[in-house]
Amino acid sequence: MSTDIEGIVHRFGDEVNTDVILPGRYLSLRTPEELGRHCLEGLDPSFVTRVRPGDILAVGRNFGCGSSREHAVIALKAAGVAAIVAHSAARIFFRNAVNLGLPVLLCPEAADALEPGSPARITLASLQIAQGTRLWHASPLGDEVRAILAAGGLVPRVRIALGA
Amino acid sequence: MDPATPGRTITEKIIAAHTADGRARAGDIVTVRPDVVLLNDVSGPLAFEQFEAMGAQRPFDPARIVLVADHFAPAPDITAAGAIAMTRDFARRHAIPHFYEPGRGGIEHTLLAELGLVGHGAIVFGADSHTCTAGAFNALGIGFGSTDLAGALAMGQLWMRVPDSIRVTLSGAPGPYVTGKDVILELIRRLGSDGAADASLEFGGPGLAALSMDARMAIANMAVEAGADTCVFEGDGLSQEDMARRGAPAAPAALADADARYRQVIALDLTALSPMVARPPSPADGVPVSALRGEKVDQVYVGNCANGTLTDLRQVAHMLRGRKIAPGVRMVVVPATQKIWRAALAEGLLDVIAEAGAAISTPTCGACFGGHMGILAAGETAIATTNRNYRGRMGHPDSRVFLASAYVAAAAAVAGVIVPPEDVAPVQEDAA
Repeated sequence: MSTDIEGIVHRFGDEVNTDVILPGRYLSLRTPEELGRHCLEGLDPSFVTRVRPGDILAVGRNFGCGSSREHAVIALKAAGVAAIVAHSAARIFFRNAVNLGLPVLLCPEAADALEPGSPARITLASLQIAQGTRLWHASPLGDEVRAILAAGGLVPRVRIALGA
Repeated sequence: MDPATPGRTITEKIIAAHTADGRARAGDIVTVRPDVVLLNDVSGPLAFEQFEAMGAQRPFDPARIVLVADHFAPAPDITAAGAIAMTRDFARRHAIPHFYEPGRGGIEHTLLAELGLVGHGAIVFGADSHTCTAGAFNALGIGFGSTDLAGALAMGQLWMRVPDSIRVTLSGAPGPYVTGKDVILELIRRLGSDGAADASLEFGGPGLAALSMDARMAIANMAVEAGADTCVFEGDGLSQEDMARRGAPAAPAALADADARYRQVIALDLTALSPMVARPPSPADGVPVSALRGEKVDQVYVGNCANGTLTDLRQVAHMLRGRKIAPGVRMVVVPATQKIWRAALAEGLLDVIAEAGAAISTPTCGACFGGHMGILAAGETAIATTNRNYRGRMGHPDSRVFLASAYVAAAAAVAGVIVPPEDVAPVQEDAA
């Protein structure tokens, strides 16, 4: 959980739903490579040409609302998104992201202030978000969420529980 | 009624009955054992891969798992056929009796109820956000992603936060052409798209008696469009009868204590409602249908897990009987399950609908999620009884979807533009 994330900030607004993150017509695809190519295609088809591994999304309210499709998180990760700083995130999306090890930090101040096109840095252990000389602290994560992220996602956590 | 230990909501009671220690208060993090785990041909294959990756050997209880091929079904292409084959194969390998595909199934949430697999006090974990439809049956349907449900398949349980509750007290009775769809579009308009975040919507009050089970399903289905974690209707005589009819195991209705604690209480007078339409791109942007009079439509779509019931098909037939679909407009009607399709056939509804010039599909999630069977081209406008009208939801990013009841959708099919239903079929005594 102490991994630092450093990447360019991309900004999106409120209510970015999972349909625009990964449109329904692609839901029969399952591999990260295939899904990553269509990441955010419903909102900004040029996003996949701009995003680089390690980049950070700064987004508004209710990010990931709508469909429970985990394909949305797979697409974001495969496109290179390493963390999301949000005003708020929809419950199912938030769980999906945590389960697949994609951190979603809730911090409205940072989500508003992060400068798109410029690099920012996230320290997961302390939930700190930094850009230039500015520093923000995201809302604390619950014990269960921290445990899943620490294990590297829900799959390794259940593996341990099953003794597999 | 000790003020130090206030009474419990329906949601708290149902969740408490599914935890090891019987503890569940709003805000608690608890481990819940569901009665049913539901997956489809889109969420299932990802979950099965994660299930294997977890090192799980067999699912917790094959009899409590329900697998439904409904999204890309019947398969429109080879990739989709492969996903359905994976789902079928998972069912076969693990001796899961409840596997359904076209011809013997339908749309998962409607089908689950029809099979008698959900009733008073039950909990359904579904890898689909509209699992909340189960709320109509005094049950809790909770949506999750595929990896969570892989965990549920492996362990028979998942962690969750017990939602706060928002009480919606219904009164009065809906007037002509006012349906369950109008109730939920009005409620989402009031709450906003995340107004019920971290909460369960609990429906009750004297107005409940005026709502059929199909109307309750239409309402419960879209709770997630207000951001709700889940929702639940009070159980009553009607839900009791419905369970008996569907062969669901008898169980007492879960009811809230008089001193239960709510985050918010909303009073909704059904008598005051008029038919509603949600404008794109948000289900929360509802307006009375009269405000959109004259809005041109290219496609009319009646179906999906919210509004593909026999009640909806009767509403469509009511509007289309003896009328034709307007030139330049196409209409697609999708009964939600095979059983509903056959009932509509037996009632003569399908003939009325086909004679008017509508295409009738086999049950499928189809175009609702932009998959297949009625995708929109750039610049096109649809009116649909579905539950989401996000940008590009039913096709091209530059297409639009208005959400409305089957009455309002069918009226638009006849008029070629959005109109109040009474413009097409004047209200008679039996119209409602």
